[in-house]
Amino acid sequence: MYWLALFRPGDWLVAALGLTICGVSIPLAWQGGVAEKAVIKRGGEVFAELDLSRNRQIDVPGPLGITTVRVEKRRVRVVSDPGPRQYCVRQGWLARPGEIAICAPNQVSVQVQGGKEAYDSLSY
Amino acid sequence: MTRSVTKLTTTPEDHRIAQLAAAAIGLALIDAAIPLPLPGVKPGLANIVTLIVLARYGWATAAWVSGLRVIAGGLLLGQFLSPGFFMSLTGALLSLLVLAFAIRLPGRWFGPVSWSILAAFAHIGGQLLLARLWLIPHNGLFYLVPLFSAAALAFGIINGLIAARLLAELPATEPLTAE
Repeated sequence: MYWLALFRPGDWLVAALGLTICGVSIPLAWQGGVAEKAVIKRGGEVFAELDLSRNRQIDVPGPLGITTVRVEKRRVRVVSDPGPRQYCVRQGWLARPGEIAICAPNQVSVQVQGGKEAYDSLSY
Repeated sequence: MTRSVTKLTTTPEDHRIAQLAAAAIGLALIDAAIPLPLPGVKPGLANIVTLIVLARYGWATAAWVSGLRVIAGGLLLGQFLSPGFFMSLTGALLSLLVLAFAIRLPGRWFGPVSWSILAAFAHIGGQLLLARLWLIPHNGLFYLVPLFSAAALAFGIINGLIAARLLAELPATEPLTAE
């Protein structure tokens, strides 16, 4: 192989190093913890924490009306919302830790959280 | 009216840098025309020129060629001083920094392929850092790190091999021209 002859011995080493970086970066980047619960907030305060392992549906009353949140197959989504633009509904299912759907007009947010948080709280 | 003549004296070294930078700019334009699914992932063909210049004429010339390519390429693509330009500038600066160390590696063991891989990782590393600090200040950006590093490795090897082949085929005495 002509192209293989262009590799010098150390080049293989550097390529292997690069491959290691790729391999190591996958678990570091793609496992942000396992999604365990959905935190529903209304007006900035925690309204409910839903265990993702149990399917259920919950109604959250806000200033505009009822926002309905459903947990199904370890995922969570906003099913219906009285807001005019429906951004949080169209966002669909949330499954990974950190994902969030915000229904701003009705002051409701749904966020997926993993088992361990980096910190409990921050104060300044 | 007085006629003033602005005389600009140029050295053969300047001509060489201009020719090589022109080749790099041409490749940068081709690079920008290749459609790729993920923003930020590009083959970086212009870096082949940087690698060849580095091997033939040293780091200072490579830095000139690379810098001219970033600025002129930015002007031609209409992204001068835009976020894309600064991403490209950061990538170029970091890879030049790494290349300054890479060329000191023993030549029997490490060739253009090593330089290319190291520079590609420096490039994407710098860009990720700038993007995280300035453009997308959210850790969700690091979700793309495996894809970026895989692209850096793949394109790093390909560009390095092309540079190594061109260096092997072009005798050292023959001046490189942008043809």
